[in-house]
Amino acid sequence: MSEQKETIITVKNLVKKFGNFKANDNLSFEVFKGEIFGFLGANGAGKTTAIKILCGLWAPTSGEINVAGFDIYNQTEQIKKNIGYMSQKFSLYEDITVFENIRLFGGIYGLSRREIAQRATDLMQRLDLEHSRDKLISSLPLGWRQKLAFSVAILHNPKLVFLDEPTGGVDPVTRRKFWDQIYEAADRGITVFVTTHYMDEAEYCDRVSIMVDGRIADLDTPSALKGKYRVKNMNEVFLKIARIKPDENN
Amino acid sequence: MKRFWGFILKEFLHIFRDPRTMLILFGMPIVQILLFGYVITNELKDIKIAILDQSKDPVTIELTNKIISSGFFILDRNIKNMNEVEDIFKEGNVRQVIVFESGFGRKLKREGTASIQLIADASDANTANLVVHYTMAIIGDFVREQNKLTGTPIQFIPEVRMLYNNELKGVYMFIPGIMAMILILVSAMMTSISIVREKELGTMETLLVSPLRPAQIILGKVTPYVVLSFINAVTIIAMGSLVFGMPVQGSMILLLAESILYILLGLSLGILISTITRTQQNAMFISLFALMLPTILLSGFIFPVENMPKILQWLSLLMPPRWFITIIKNIMLKGTGLMYVWKETLILIVMTTLFLGLSIRKFKIRLE
Repeated sequence: MSEQKETIITVKNLVKKFGNFKANDNLSFEVFKGEIFGFLGANGAGKTTAIKILCGLWAPTSGEINVAGFDIYNQTEQIKKNIGYMSQKFSLYEDITVFENIRLFGGIYGLSRREIAQRATDLMQRLDLEHSRDKLISSLPLGWRQKLAFSVAILHNPKLVFLDEPTGGVDPVTRRKFWDQIYEAADRGITVFVTTHYMDEAEYCDRVSIMVDGRIADLDTPSALKGKYRVKNMNEVFLKIARIKPDENN
Repeated sequence: MKRFWGFILKEFLHIFRDPRTMLILFGMPIVQILLFGYVITNELKDIKIAILDQSKDPVTIELTNKIISSGFFILDRNIKNMNEVEDIFKEGNVRQVIVFESGFGRKLKREGTASIQLIADASDANTANLVVHYTMAIIGDFVREQNKLTGTPIQFIPEVRMLYNNELKGVYMFIPGIMAMILILVSAMMTSISIVREKELGTMETLLVSPLRPAQIILGKVTPYVVLSFINAVTIIAMGSLVFGMPVQGSMILLLAESILYILLGLSLGILISTITRTQQNAMFISLFALMLPTILLSGFIFPVENMPKILQWLSLLMPPRWFITIIKNIMLKGTGLMYVWKETLILIVMTTLFLGLSIRKFKIRLE
């Protein structure tokens, strides 16, 4: 748990409308530097919309948003240079090799040839992928791809990395190992903003926000939430919150 | 047995609920029958001709009238001397020039014969052949009528000149057509598939979050295909020339420049297609349907446009390959410069700009 209260994401009254539908209804929250922030919610609650807005993919309808020190409206390019991103589908190209993927994304994020070579070697050593350097991604098992995708997402040492449901489709043991990687990154000072609908993963986060119907129903540390709702695990927390209608929650 | 019928029923449901399959099963045969019925015609209609009447006596005028009122030909204009012949063919609208020598009527009276020259634009060999034969048939008819009337036998020996392709080689028609087809197929279809694949795999999102700008992404996706299409174009021209003896009478640079323009058009079309489809399969489908079939049938590649019903002629105007084929044929066979193909070139430029503009707008909208 980090003691620094320096914020790295500030969101004030974020609204995102698609026609008449409010996908994000007046969201306000902060993410502190170095923390692991879990962004939870059921499917359709507005998580994906919010994360896409924070990454600079979509423009908000209204609201103040500041990511990594940059304003979302005017400094989107700067934001993109300073964040990492791992999508649900792992973001790696299947028909090129491990090294080629590293080189590609290294280049896109502006790393020099030497930096790329160095970090590639480091990365492959740490992940035990040295033998797979010239193997196509399609030949790697899912768990390995996941680890690699995460490492590539933080290859350029961003201050903040967004993980959009990064552990889909793998077994619990592999998921646990993946979270070890996340901890490692957080220890290095990288802020991790992760969305997931696996409630056990919520326990691993420093703080968690739960979205219901486009609003943040609650936001706190896992232990505080468990205490507040008098339940034993985050799964129960979520069930309790999801049953409460948003207006009743304040 | 019941299980079996249940299964068959499901198969029918699949078919009826899939618009693409329905299109292929019912739409395609109907469209094809109509198209082929109207397009594949060996009959002539509204073919533009020009007359050089160096004599202008009753006989030539009567013969001219007969030719023009046959229903096959339309008189585009009367020209005054042989110098105009080359220009009129380069403009490309006139398919045949009929030349009556001076003193036609007198010669006919004195010697019982006079010379008619039929000069045909053989850059479209099939049509040229037909045009000449029809004309000769009309002349033959005229001769028979005259002989009945006057009793003094006359005879015409038309001298036939097939311009630009005097051996009537079919390959002179195919090379431009194939070039038009392959270039647009590779540029449009391959580009659209490449972009859509990125969307389908989910990696497009990752690219959009990165510091790469959308313009850079699209440009990056499109550039390899520009290079490859260009190599294709050069290969086709080279093979046409070396293997089939197809000449390049005009400027090679102009030819290559027009090819690059056409490739860019194909690419912008590909980008546009990629903004309206979500799967690679759909992209391929649209490209094939909207590009290949019309290219072959409506672009004048094989069947002349003048023979088609008005609706199809209008449709043909929208086909980029139609304009490109005209340009290539002009440059390769007639040796024309930009002066004669500027109109078609401008049309290609406008189309490219239109497609690019539309794609950029659609791309931006989806990003919001």
